[in-house]
Amino acid sequence: MRNLAAVLFIGGLGFFLFVLFFRLPLGAPPLVAGAAILEEGGETVGAANLVTAVLLAYRGMDTLGELSILFAAATAVGLVLGRRQLVVSDPEGGFILRAGSDLLFPLLLVVGLYVILHGHLTPGGGFQGGVILAAAFFVPVLARPRRGLDHGLLSFVEGLAGAAFIGIGLWALFARDAFLEPLLGKGVLGHLFSAGTLPLLSMAVGLKVGAELAGLMTSLMEAEGRES
Amino acid sequence: MLETVALILVILVLSAGVLVLCLQSLMGAVVAASVVSLGVSVLFVLLRAPDVALTEAAVGAGLSTVVLALGLRKLGLWRIEGDRGEAHALVPTDRREREDA
Amino acid sequence: MALDFVSILYIGALGLLLLGTFGLVTTTHLFRLILALALAEAGVNLLLILSGYRGGAQPPILGFGPQDMPMVDPIPQALVLTAIVIGVGVQALAVAAAVRIYRRYGTLDLVALKAHLEGDLARKQGIAPPKSAEKPAGERPLSPVPPRPQEP
Repeated sequence: MRNLAAVLFIGGLGFFLFVLFFRLPLGAPPLVAGAAILEEGGETVGAANLVTAVLLAYRGMDTLGELSILFAAATAVGLVLGRRQLVVSDPEGGFILRAGSDLLFPLLLVVGLYVILHGHLTPGGGFQGGVILAAAFFVPVLARPRRGLDHGLLSFVEGLAGAAFIGIGLWALFARDAFLEPLLGKGVLGHLFSAGTLPLLSMAVGLKVGAELAGLMTSLMEAEGRES
Repeated sequence: MLETVALILVILVLSAGVLVLCLQSLMGAVVAASVVSLGVSVLFVLLRAPDVALTEAAVGAGLSTVVLALGLRKLGLWRIEGDRGEAHALVPTDRREREDA
Repeated sequence: MALDFVSILYIGALGLLLLGTFGLVTTTHLFRLILALALAEAGVNLLLILSGYRGGAQPPILGFGPQDMPMVDPIPQALVLTAIVIGVGVQALAVAAAVRIYRRYGTLDLVALKAHLEGDLARKQGIAPPKSAEKPAGERPLSPVPPRPQEP
């Protein structure tokens, strides 16, 4: 009965969406605001990657909101799980896991920083690089659970990065009367030091996301042993 | 050519999506969800969205799988062989009474 | 009928969305609910990216490829990028909540959880917990026809 109702509901939803398909301009989008960004984004912002330009320059406020949502989620995970005393900790990983984590840690760190710093030139940016950084710091924890990660240090980095993001925004507010407006000159399109404050913002986002997600994973990892 | 690749990927993604809902083992379902994310990220590349593809591959296929697997481990439901995820979840609730007492 | 590229991807996105919604409606296991939500999310993301796609266009990155080629719309891409990262945050929160619920009640079955929840509410209010979900609330005269024996 319940499944029949569900099937009917899904069928109806699918039918409506399918009918909608013939009215949507898929494949030939109207580009209401996108056309302007494509036209002058390169000159106005100075970033070769227009998605990053939209994320950090045109819609910088959205990114700030997203960072706060992520912060709230990570904090809530820590709050909901609670911090219990570790009674039973996981055994140390085997030789392969330990050697692999030692080998992977610097490589992941370099890749993460590269992706963050080249966010305005190539695909990538703060979020993707931040996730890679979080992975870089999480792999050693997997190999040596006893050592763990310093949650205090992680929150410090996280807070510092968030403050840097807002600080750059406020600096732009006082210098140019617009929050998060890119400063420092645009530079040459396609060079590493271009697009003004965008790489700095990207760095802040990357550090914040990385610290948050690493803390989130370790707090999920720190099991209090099997309870039953 | 592009159509063929897209068709194969869409079939892969949809069948992995069915597996997510059907597989008894919850760990298998998590892996199937990761396959869905990976296929979708390749579809993003075909749609000329490399940024989103990178994010989906790192976050959807990597991080989210790790989070879900750690959650399963924490729940004690991470059993790969011969398990019945649903049946194991329905353990008697004596623990609750213990906590209440 | 030959399907073109956009139609194939539309069907894929729609299929993922509908599969996820179907899972959300039918599943009785809390953890699978989270997975179904992720499935629907992937479908919606695909649909949003598809809305900005132009045939024969190049990625919205300047300096690669010929200058006069059209580019795809960057705005949906930026939005979806945001949505993916928020999605994983929400998912982690949901997993944490599921862990907490499992610690408290020892089950993740939605029907059993509902019974627990109603029992808790009733205990807090100081009234008798509902005995059965099938029984209607309030007083009602018994039907003259004797109830059929329960099928096993």
